[in-house]
Amino acid sequence: MRMFLTGNHAAAYGARLARPQVIAAYPITPQSPIYEKLSEWDGQGVLGARMMRVESEHSAMAACISASLTGVRTFTATASQGLALMHELLHFASGMRVPIVLVNVNRSMAGPWSFWSEQTDSLSQRDTGWLQFYVADNQEALDTVIQAFKISETVLLPTIVVLEAFYISHFMEPVEVPDQRLIDEFLPPFEPPFKLDTDNPASFCQVVSQSQYAEFRIQRHMAMEDALEVAEVVDREYRERFGRGYGLLECYRLEDADTVLVTAATIGSTARVTIDALREEGRKVGMVRIRLFRPFPKAKLIEALNHAKKIAVIDRNLSPGQEGVFCEELKSALYSRINGIPVFGFVLGLGGTNVSPLHIRKVFDIAEKMNDAPLKPIVNIEDEDALGI
Amino acid sequence: MPSEYDTRDNLYPGHMACAGCGEVLGLKLVLQAVERKAISVVVPSCLGIMLGPFPHATFKIPVFHGAFETAASSAAGISNALLAQGDDETAVIALAGDGGTTDIGFQALSGAADRNENIIYCCFDNEAYMNTGIQSSSSTPQLAWTATTPLGKPLKKKNMVEIMGAHEVPYCASACACFPDDLRRKVTEARKIRGMKYIHVLSPCPTGWRYPESLTANIGRLAVETKYYPLYEIRNGQEYTITHQPKNLPVGDYLLAQGRFKHLVQRDLDTIQEQVDKNWDELTKRESRNRSE
Ligand SMILES: Cc1ncc(C[n+]2csc(CCOP(=O)(O)OP(=O)(O)O)c2C)c(N)n1
Ligand code: SF4
Repeated sequence: MRMFLTGNHAAAYGARLARPQVIAAYPITPQSPIYEKLSEWDGQGVLGARMMRVESEHSAMAACISASLTGVRTFTATASQGLALMHELLHFASGMRVPIVLVNVNRSMAGPWSFWSEQTDSLSQRDTGWLQFYVADNQEALDTVIQAFKISETVLLPTIVVLEAFYISHFMEPVEVPDQRLIDEFLPPFEPPFKLDTDNPASFCQVVSQSQYAEFRIQRHMAMEDALEVAEVVDREYRERFGRGYGLLECYRLEDADTVLVTAATIGSTARVTIDALREEGRKVGMVRIRLFRPFPKAKLIEALNHAKKIAVIDRNLSPGQEGVFCEELKSALYSRINGIPVFGFVLGLGGTNVSPLHIRKVFDIAEKMNDAPLKPIVNIEDEDALGI
Repeated sequence: MPSEYDTRDNLYPGHMACAGCGEVLGLKLVLQAVERKAISVVVPSCLGIMLGPFPHATFKIPVFHGAFETAASSAAGISNALLAQGDDETAVIALAGDGGTTDIGFQALSGAADRNENIIYCCFDNEAYMNTGIQSSSSTPQLAWTATTPLGKPLKKKNMVEIMGAHEVPYCASACACFPDDLRRKVTEARKIRGMKYIHVLSPCPTGWRYPESLTANIGRLAVETKYYPLYEIRNGQEYTITHQPKNLPVGDYLLAQGRFKHLVQRDLDTIQEQVDKNWDELTKRESRNRSE
């Protein structure tokens, strides 16, 4: 059914269609409409899950972990401060190999207080062992939530699906909401290999020795590596069934592109417009939008960027004292495989400031004019003198 | 008197608690009373040691060793997952220390009580953070020595039973590992009630309280018989029932038997005695109030 939905409501539909049995949540701007929508359905008796209206995100995550260990499909949603409050338990969840799906609405971290889009909240959870998807529109939000359950339950690792504050969470777009019956065929009920079960008692998450711990860590890493292939297979199957698939990366007009923009989320959808305009002018530009951030699709990136002469990265996030996280990760993926392509790191759109088609055009201009990539991220694209061009 | 409980050990041997540990005694009794159709949550504490290192196990019921501050939220997650699967028979029992309950896990506990989650929460109160050494918690009694209160704790002990009673949970009780039948009966009682149940189990700790390990049973009994730690129940935040009439021994009998109180002088004992008598009066008043209603 085609509906006119905000990104938050699209994500909520995705969650409901996946038939989670326990949902635990706590309100925070700009995630609250997801929580409210789920509660509304709960009130109407159509949700099908037990809603836990817990007293904090920390408890929401704790409840999702233990509920998942008890054998049920679980879902939660949060943003920024809430995700940060969950941090300790995010490690726990991946360590316990529970396939929780979490929607995080990207929001800048305090202080000072701010409510707008920035990716630093979810990127700070990079090393917690969760898969991370960054989506570019509302349809992709819904589809990715459903895919996430299947991928997570296959590799037994949890997934964060990241929606940007307001640009996605509160924007309305036409969204195709799939038929429940078709989703049920795509996503069978969750059957964990082990669970807390009085007929088969076992102890979970005990103290382990150094070498046992190392083994658990490596296994988690291997599951992440497996997730790369599983995510592709699931996306392909989804495309076959529903006519929509996204890949791990979106490669846009890469054929013969000399200067390639690498970015994530809604900056990617804006960039398509700029690239179309620049192509009209005869400029050889293209884009790679990173959809799956963890596990990081290194081989795919190397393949996609193999023929680029210059790479410009736009990050809506910043690791203070270093640079944008996508840029840093990209460089590490390219290093020693593709030599000599300068990578220009731009940090734009912090705190939810707008990154317009004109900004993106400017980024291409700068990357094309500059020869050597500066060591520091480029945060000001207006001051050409400072950039030495 | 033969016990009505299945006294077969429901912990496998090898729990690794200190000799004379009151906490492991309490754990054993609680697990006996909760029986086999139960799923437990343990959080970091001496209990986390008792459940054994991987791949060994001491618990005969399923157990999840969760994050420190999540005893109540983890138990609530399990309870909801069971209900989602149509199982309202299996008991879910959270097992935590006093630090994990009265300090870091308090928010999650209060939240679970507020939502009236269908769990039994047992706080094993050894009156300090023992697993990490012997550091003061908000459940450490006034004037007690710990490694972080070398001069004796200046502040009073948090009264968790009253706090949980004030949440108007269906069932809330104080118990002690050294009153086995009373403790087990309370767990059995809790198992019959739907909603949130809270049981506070005073658990004498020879290592932290500084007394010879052979004295655990005496110490726990003295805590109760001096009225220092009364045994009672609160139903729905209103109905008080004292479950053991203390012998009214002087508090010094209890306190001076422990190294952590050895610096106390007569004036301290008098002040504490006065406080204990006042608390007892208040408790008996509350009990008679619901009788007269
Ligand atoms: C978030 C967090 N902070 C601190 C710790 C360290 N820690 C583990 S056990 C423990 C003490 C537990 O004390 P208590 O709850 O009183 O139980 P006991 O050891 O006395 O049985 C502490 C502080 C932890 N595991 N997690
Ligand atoms: S420190 Fe105390 S509570 Fe912990 S195991 Fe030893 S005696 Fe028991």
